[in-house]
Amino acid sequence: MAYLELEGVAKQFGAQTVVDDFSLAVGKGEFVSFLGPSGCGKTTTLQMIAGFLDPTRGAIRLEGKDLTAIHPAKRGLGIVFQSYALFPHMTAAENVAFGLEMRKVPRSERAERVRAALAMVGLAGYEDRHPRRMSGGQQQRVALARALVIKPSVLLLDEPLSNLDAKLREEMQIELRQIQRTIGTTTILVTHDQNEAMSLSDRIVVMSQGRIEQIGTPQDTYERPASAFVSQFLGKTNDFAATIDRAATPARLVAGSWSAPAPAGLDGPATISVRPERIGFGDAGLSAKIVTRIFQGNHWLFQCESECGPAIVIRQNDGERQPAEGDAVRLVWRPEDMSVRNGAAS
Amino acid sequence: MTAAAAERNTSTLWALTGPALMLFVGVLLIPLAMTVMLSFHDWGQYKGIEPVFILKNWHEIATDPYYAEMFWRTFRIAILTTLLTAVLGAPEAYFLNRMSGRWKSFFLLVILGPLLISVVARTLGWALLFGGNNGLVNKLLMSAGLIRFPIPFMFTETGMVVALAHVMMPFMVLSVWAALQRLDPQIENAALSLGAGPTTIIRRIIMPQIMPGVLSGAIIVFSLSASAFATPAIIGGRRLKVAATLAYDEFLNTLNWPLGAAVATLLLAALVLIVVGSNALIERRYAEVFR
Repeated sequence: MAYLELEGVAKQFGAQTVVDDFSLAVGKGEFVSFLGPSGCGKTTTLQMIAGFLDPTRGAIRLEGKDLTAIHPAKRGLGIVFQSYALFPHMTAAENVAFGLEMRKVPRSERAERVRAALAMVGLAGYEDRHPRRMSGGQQQRVALARALVIKPSVLLLDEPLSNLDAKLREEMQIELRQIQRTIGTTTILVTHDQNEAMSLSDRIVVMSQGRIEQIGTPQDTYERPASAFVSQFLGKTNDFAATIDRAATPARLVAGSWSAPAPAGLDGPATISVRPERIGFGDAGLSAKIVTRIFQGNHWLFQCESECGPAIVIRQNDGERQPAEGDAVRLVWRPEDMSVRNGAAS
Repeated sequence: MTAAAAERNTSTLWALTGPALMLFVGVLLIPLAMTVMLSFHDWGQYKGIEPVFILKNWHEIATDPYYAEMFWRTFRIAILTTLLTAVLGAPEAYFLNRMSGRWKSFFLLVILGPLLISVVARTLGWALLFGGNNGLVNKLLMSAGLIRFPIPFMFTETGMVVALAHVMMPFMVLSVWAALQRLDPQIENAALSLGAGPTTIIRRIIMPQIMPGVLSGAIIVFSLSASAFATPAIIGGRRLKVAATLAYDEFLNTLNWPLGAAVATLLLAALVLIVVGSNALIERRYAEVFR
């Protein structure tokens, strides 16, 4: 049975629908990310789970119990805010102890758990520091310790890493994943960073304009995007307009001078989506001209102008000779590396 | 930077700050020094002011319990006014801060309103409402049979505190509001998610963080109330004098300028001591919040 369940959840502010028909079942111990651009309703959904907002419609259940009927202070969820929202007038230890104090945990046990929580996030020895005397990364750790020390049933992370610099963010991602694996807390992460979502989560919920676009594992959403939005939001992608050639038997899918046997269930114009790293240079295929060639260490990035519009190609720097700028090339890919949608390219 | 450039730079600085500095020295420091000097001069009914150096005025203030009573009353009124503005103003600022856009600007205008009206007009308004038998509110309550005698307001310390608190409220509200602006907008949700109830959130999370705002507001209100002149002059008149109205009377009615100067100097010195002292205390106590 699902541990945390959202069923048909919607939120309206006046006439504006911010979240609509959001249904999701999260298993115990699972790490799920809500991924989408700003204003897609991911934070609103998180706030409804936390209880800071009431859903207009739908149900939120935790272990089968209706969560919306429980006061936010009694839900027992751990939350890490984007701004950390640490209490600046309290030391790190006092911050972490606050939740335990509210739960009337005896003083001796409280001290022990606070010490253990700070040690877990690598802040042993920082007990008496005030948040404003700590670096962004340290504050983030205190916020995480404060959320985890109450042994929350669900850990909610609201863009927790967006205020850190790139290097620190990567370190924290690895650490966050390790901590989550160790203690096994069911976790929901809200983020607009696709790399963060992919490297941390068991499953990703891709959202756009208040609706779920796709729910799936990181590989699933990346390799088999369910919509044009998902394929464009998760990494780079090439969209080529294609047609079905019914004159041939069997029917063929045609994009410029590239063609392949048409998959079943297609009629009329279609769109082919291929990831840049799945395109190679071959002898027969979509004819294109290389406009720019950028060296990026472990790979080459090619910007091409093809018969079907601009295309990006990424090739491993494997020592092979690569085409130069201005070269005419043929772009090829395997049918299993593309996804085909009905309708013209957007 | 070369020595010549540094020289040029310094002279530019002096040239730029010069006019303001001269104004400051000319209309503030020199008159202030003259007032302090004046407090050591002698004065007689028939001989007028004699430019000598004696401690007569200071001795009189120190020994005559009349002056002690006057200063004690001044600071009592200032303290009560400060407490009243803090108790009413801090929650007012808190609710103001939680309001949504349009209401917020409307009520901010309401709060700032008193500052747009002359202090004399505002205080006379209180007199119209509560002034003896003819006060509007008193008349109404008496004709309704709720009270038999008019509420004592004019010439009372209570009246003075109420009228002063009305005038000073914007300073407290704005000061607390500035402190509230520094609050993390998610901080209440953070406390809520950890299991804190509304009273705990106010007491443990909000109050400690806005306390510096309340205290700096208190310093402003206290010093303005203790040196206030118009309100005590209208509500208290010459029956219920405070330090500021006492100095005024000595200067303009008794014409004993040296004694008035001594009163004014003592009020200034006491205020400077209190303000600087409490400011230092607050900054030390709330070092972590101010950072």
